[in-house]
Amino acid sequence: MLSSAWLIPIVPLGTFVINIFFGKRLKGASAYISILAIGFGFFYSLGILFRVFGGERLDASLLWVPLAGEMRLGVGLLIDELAAVMLLVVTSVSLMVQIYSVGYMHGDIRYSRFYAYLSLFSAAMLGLVLANSYALLFVCWELVGLTSYLLIGFWFEKKEAANAGQKAFITTKLGDIGMFIGILVLLANVGSLGFKEVFHFAEAGEMSVGLITVASLLLFCGAVGKSAQFPLHVWLPDAMEGPTPVSALIHAATMVAAGVYLVARSFPLFALSPAALEVVATIGIITAFLAASIALVQNDIKRILAYSTISQLGFMMTALGVGGYTAGIFHLFTHAFFKALLFLGAGSMIHAAHINDIRQMGGLFKKMPITGWTFLLACLSIAGVPPLAGFWSKDEIFLEALRTGHTVILVVGLLTACMTAFYMFRLFFITFTGIYRGDHPIHESPWVMTLPLALLGFMAVFAGLPGSPLMGNGFHHFVHFEECGVEPSGMVMALSILAGLVGIFLAWLLYYRQAWDPRKLIKAAPGAYRFLLNKWYFDEVYQAGVVRPVLGLSRVLDWIDLRGVDGGVNGVAWVAVLISKIKRLFDIYIVDGLVNLSGAFFMALGKVGRKFQTGLVQNYALVLLFGVVILVLAKLFLGG
Amino acid sequence: MITLYHYLTVSLLLFGIGLYGILTRRNAIGILMSIELVLNSVNLNLVAFSRFITPQVLSGQVFALFVIAVAAGEAVIGLAIVLSIYRCRNTLDPEDINLMKW
Amino acid sequence: MTPYSLAFYLISFVAVVAALFVVTMRNIFHSALCLILAFFALAGLFVLLEAEFVAVAQVLIYVGAITILILFGIMLTHRLTDKGVRQASEGRFISLIVVLVLGALISIVLRATRFPVSSEEVAHPAIPYLGKLLMTQYLWPFEVVSVLLLVALVGAIVIAAKDEVIRKKAGG
Repeated sequence: MLSSAWLIPIVPLGTFVINIFFGKRLKGASAYISILAIGFGFFYSLGILFRVFGGERLDASLLWVPLAGEMRLGVGLLIDELAAVMLLVVTSVSLMVQIYSVGYMHGDIRYSRFYAYLSLFSAAMLGLVLANSYALLFVCWELVGLTSYLLIGFWFEKKEAANAGQKAFITTKLGDIGMFIGILVLLANVGSLGFKEVFHFAEAGEMSVGLITVASLLLFCGAVGKSAQFPLHVWLPDAMEGPTPVSALIHAATMVAAGVYLVARSFPLFALSPAALEVVATIGIITAFLAASIALVQNDIKRILAYSTISQLGFMMTALGVGGYTAGIFHLFTHAFFKALLFLGAGSMIHAAHINDIRQMGGLFKKMPITGWTFLLACLSIAGVPPLAGFWSKDEIFLEALRTGHTVILVVGLLTACMTAFYMFRLFFITFTGIYRGDHPIHESPWVMTLPLALLGFMAVFAGLPGSPLMGNGFHHFVHFEECGVEPSGMVMALSILAGLVGIFLAWLLYYRQAWDPRKLIKAAPGAYRFLLNKWYFDEVYQAGVVRPVLGLSRVLDWIDLRGVDGGVNGVAWVAVLISKIKRLFDIYIVDGLVNLSGAFFMALGKVGRKFQTGLVQNYALVLLFGVVILVLAKLFLGG
Repeated sequence: MITLYHYLTVSLLLFGIGLYGILTRRNAIGILMSIELVLNSVNLNLVAFSRFITPQVLSGQVFALFVIAVAAGEAVIGLAIVLSIYRCRNTLDPEDINLMKW
Repeated sequence: MTPYSLAFYLISFVAVVAALFVVTMRNIFHSALCLILAFFALAGLFVLLEAEFVAVAQVLIYVGAITILILFGIMLTHRLTDKGVRQASEGRFISLIVVLVLGALISIVLRATRFPVSSEEVAHPAIPYLGKLLMTQYLWPFEVVSVLLLVALVGAIVIAAKDEVIRKKAGG
């Protein structure tokens, strides 16, 4: 069964092709084909999970691509615990999103195109997690980037959406450059890109620590881009211009997780370089804190969720950075579910209120109970309230940080957790409680949208249990790196719960009980507020520091090119004109000259000749005589 | 001894002089006179030949007589033409009669 | 020096000199008079050649008719003074050269030719002999010449007549 796992990405790929070419004719059916494909993938993934549980593994290359010399690149499958978990996450969330989109994207003109892209994305993502070499992984990585561009900019008629797609693509591409160089470094040193070969090579001590650090950090660049870590996080909030299901799928659950997956997959490499791990952890925690702070003051529901995603991804990176392989994956696992739920729920709210601004919403709970309850569960989960899923995974991270002595990270992490709880519940209270401030009739969304919400809600609650001590830390035994098992620390648990509750309490005070007016707080620190509202001015800095210079450079090059090309063309034209002028002169003076010359010659001849016609008889007589003389002379000397 | 050659020499001289006169005289009548001179030299030639080569047959003399007759006719016509030209152009200078000039 | 040769040289000299004057004199009248002299000299030469009839005919016709005609012509055209020979020097020069060359050539030819001189006596008397020739052998040219003279006569009248006379004659 495992060896045929390549079907899992191939079937959605086929769906993509069908929907691209025959989508117009299939219309509504295109969605069902797509859902069927991913559904098949989901059940297959379940099957694989059980097999892997039972101890089956697979690492095989199905075909080979020859390179220069002896080298070849393997294209094949690697199925282990990590892959199995990722498969499940990707297929389940994709399935939920595709079912949801039947309702959300209903009536869109490019309906079938949307499903084609979704299928392509799923295929690429699944290929990514199943890859057994950096080569295949990179190909799928790029494909994922492409589809995210296509999906973010799906409503490209809107300028912001088109720009957002571009921004996402370019920003992640920056990271991808580093990653590509890293892959080349590995290829140059190891001679192969298969995971097995690379890790054996590295662990056998064939590569120096410095080299490993360099390669790891370069690979990490790709993760920084894809997982929206600082400083390449700027694309994710803008990516919210895409349809909400896209946000849910790509930017909550799967694509952004690709970066985390990459680091996890390359963990054998990273583990050999403590320096690289430190960098990962540092960037992770900075990202987490930074994003959370921005989320505190945002008013667009999707933006809040976007920054939340960035923050949580930061947590995952931090976890990996401090050596908590399992913690990171676990958090990825739980986060996928509650984030997807949050996004789909937000989509439902936007669908009802026709607006993204939370200030125009309010009191939605009464009108949209299903959305409301599931959203609440997700908020509790992300805030880290036990026994929901988010608590267990977040707790794991703190434990790991403490264990490895990263106390600063622990403190900042707790603070961030507090902020997370705050902004999530701020969102909840503003939108679901109170009075409705908008002017649109509110009603609950159709079952195609609420069913996935419910299913995800279930996962958000119970998905954490496999990793909890309540189930014997089963997750850890399943997904681990070298040693496993962490002793739960009561202190840490207490602190993390406290952080969460403090955050919820503050939000409750400000937004439910209206104890203090938030506006007064804003007035108290207007500078800070603006700083956070404007996302720490990252976009402005990048625009001035990077975008403008590059555009300036391109303008210069364009000028040179224009001048050069134009100059060249004009030069050629000028030369051609010059040549033709010379030819013209030649024609006039030489050719015409020759003609005129012959004419002039005969005229001159005539001028001379007619002098004989004097009209005087005596002259004629003289000539006559002259002729006689000649004749006589001729007769005398020649004729004889 | 006066031989044929003597007479021929004289005749040649007269001929040359007459020719020179035809070519150079600026009076049309002068040209006519020069023409008469030439004709006369021819006559002399004829008679001399007749005398020295065929003294018994006087063809040369007869020829000379004919020449004289024709010369007379020619002189008449020539003068008539000259007179006519004089009436039109009021000049006898052949240099002035150059309508056929290029 | 026989009298014959003396006479010859004398008459030849006169003839040539007269001819020279004819072609070089400015005054056309004097030129005509010299022509008369030349004619006379020529007649003398004819006599020396024992062609008396030709000599007389020469005097009668040439001197008697043609020169008179020329003189009439001269007087009718009122141009007694000629501008002389061609003023342009190259004209005279070239003509002189050509004539001299021609003359030289002819003399060369003459010198080179051996004429079959016979030493017979001239036919005596000449006139009846000439008359017989004219009427027998040369009858045809004789008649043609008379017609020619007639034509010349008419022609001269027509050419020389004033225009009104011709028109009157033609119309009237």
